Amino acid sequence: MAEYSVLSLVRNALGGHRRWIRAWRDPEPKKRYDVLIVGGGGHGLATAYYLARNHGITDVAVLEKGWIGGGNVGRNTTIVRSNYLLDGNNHFYEHSLKLWEGLSRELNYNVMFSQRGVLNLAHSDGQMDAYARRGNAMRLNGVDSELLDRNGVRRLYPYLDYSANARFPIYGGLLQPRGGTARHDAVAWGFARGADRLGVDIIQNCEVTGFERSGDRITGVQTTRGTIGCGRVGMAVAGNTSRVAQMAGLELPIESHVLQAFVTEPLKPLIDGVITFGAGHFYISQSDKGGLVLGGDIDFYNSYAQRGNLPTVEHVMANGCAMMPNLRRLRILRSWGGIMDMSMDGSPIISKTPIDNLYLNAGWCYGGFKATPGSGWVFAHTIAEDRPHRFNEPLSLGRFTTGHLLDEGGKGPTPKLH
Amino acid sequence: MIRIPCPYCGPRDHDEFSYAGDATKVRPADPAAATPEDWHRYVYLRDNPRGAHLEYWHHVQGCRAYVKVLRDTATHEVLAAGLPSDDLPFEDLEAGR
Repeated sequence: MAEYSVLSLVRNALGGHRRWIRAWRDPEPKKRYDVLIVGGGGHGLATAYYLARNHGITDVAVLEKGWIGGGNVGRNTTIVRSNYLLDGNNHFYEHSLKLWEGLSRELNYNVMFSQRGVLNLAHSDGQMDAYARRGNAMRLNGVDSELLDRNGVRRLYPYLDYSANARFPIYGGLLQPRGGTARHDAVAWGFARGADRLGVDIIQNCEVTGFERSGDRITGVQTTRGTIGCGRVGMAVAGNTSRVAQMAGLELPIESHVLQAFVTEPLKPLIDGVITFGAGHFYISQSDKGGLVLGGDIDFYNSYAQRGNLPTVEHVMANGCAMMPNLRRLRILRSWGGIMDMSMDGSPIISKTPIDNLYLNAGWCYGGFKATPGSGWVFAHTIAEDRPHRFNEPLSLGRFTTGHLLDEGGKGPTPKLH
Repeated sequence: MIRIPCPYCGPRDHDEFSYAGDATKVRPADPAAATPEDWHRYVYLRDNPRGAHLEYWHHVQGCRAYVKVLRDTATHEVLAAGLPSDDLPFEDLEAGR
């Protein structure tokens, strides 16, 4: 398959762009695979890619009920960061961020990863103390962080609300300069193409409808395109985790909630990083096409609807305008919803399960996109070696039984609060 | 907007309420006799159905009562509502139908 390069671009430009070949094949499913990955989102594709690349396991199929890029990998706000307090999360997300830094070259696909910096604003002395603590924890783990005072924030973003009557005055912020954004579709397409080149079959329009069991093992997966035999099964289905797990007889510590995101009309360059509001839940950046990409809270009730409700839209916009008053005159161009697999402690689960050859990748809450390469890396390791990678040992399903939770916010077992 | 028929106040917008989650979970009656697995099931495990879901909403900006609601998580349609002690119509629907 042709490499993407300046030369191939010139050659195809001269040929009128009629000779590009498709980026991945569209195979019929075989009768059996060594490994089946359920879910063709970013995590499933990355897992298949690293199974082949790191572990030499190429008899792999990725089963996607819709099309590649149609689920949460195309429904997020594209933010990448590793600014976590707790060791279990911090080590895992930093591993992921390091993979992001070489991803375009690794995949020979421009994922447009842009390390433009992620800034969390603080609006009280207490919040500054909490950010200092988190920033120190990050530095102790070798992750970059800078605590900015009010003037430091003002030098970066002079158009935030610094007025005397700001409802939530800005005290400072915690900056992770290596954080940033990436083009989400390109991540899905790049991993799909990369996995396909290593021999992985990507099977779209193939919904899993059940599992065939023999004792504590899964012997096959029933799909809308027939039953497919398997040696091992990895599950990475985000908002549908509980439904697919139920087919395998598992009940999980997960609730599904809808999270909305928004894009404004395109503007000339305005925001050159990622800014998050500290007094509410709001995050914003600007895409390379000029639209401001923004989001806030989930809708706070269980939902599988992929569309949200207007009170949350109003709440998100109120947060944004309180932080950055010059947003007020902008028009929202598009909005959409994605279904978040909210875990009971706000941290993900990448783990073995009570079923011998079924592996689980779930519980991503708001934060799955940034984890895409790291999640694929450690999930592939877990499936290939039948034991967790050191970076996902703390992310086990068993932590809810033993009490070793990873609750970044200290919010308790209430999924809507994570 | 979801309209929730509060048994005291009548139909009200859902943003008057605070969502209080799965109403099928029952706290172990005798805490001393409950096993760690009983607590694990009560505190952490959820059916999380796509379809009919029995849940509590707290009418914080109204009568402040907890309301038990049967709602479809795929369409957001409210199928029934009542007091927490009520047996709602359709409540015996298998979760997710």
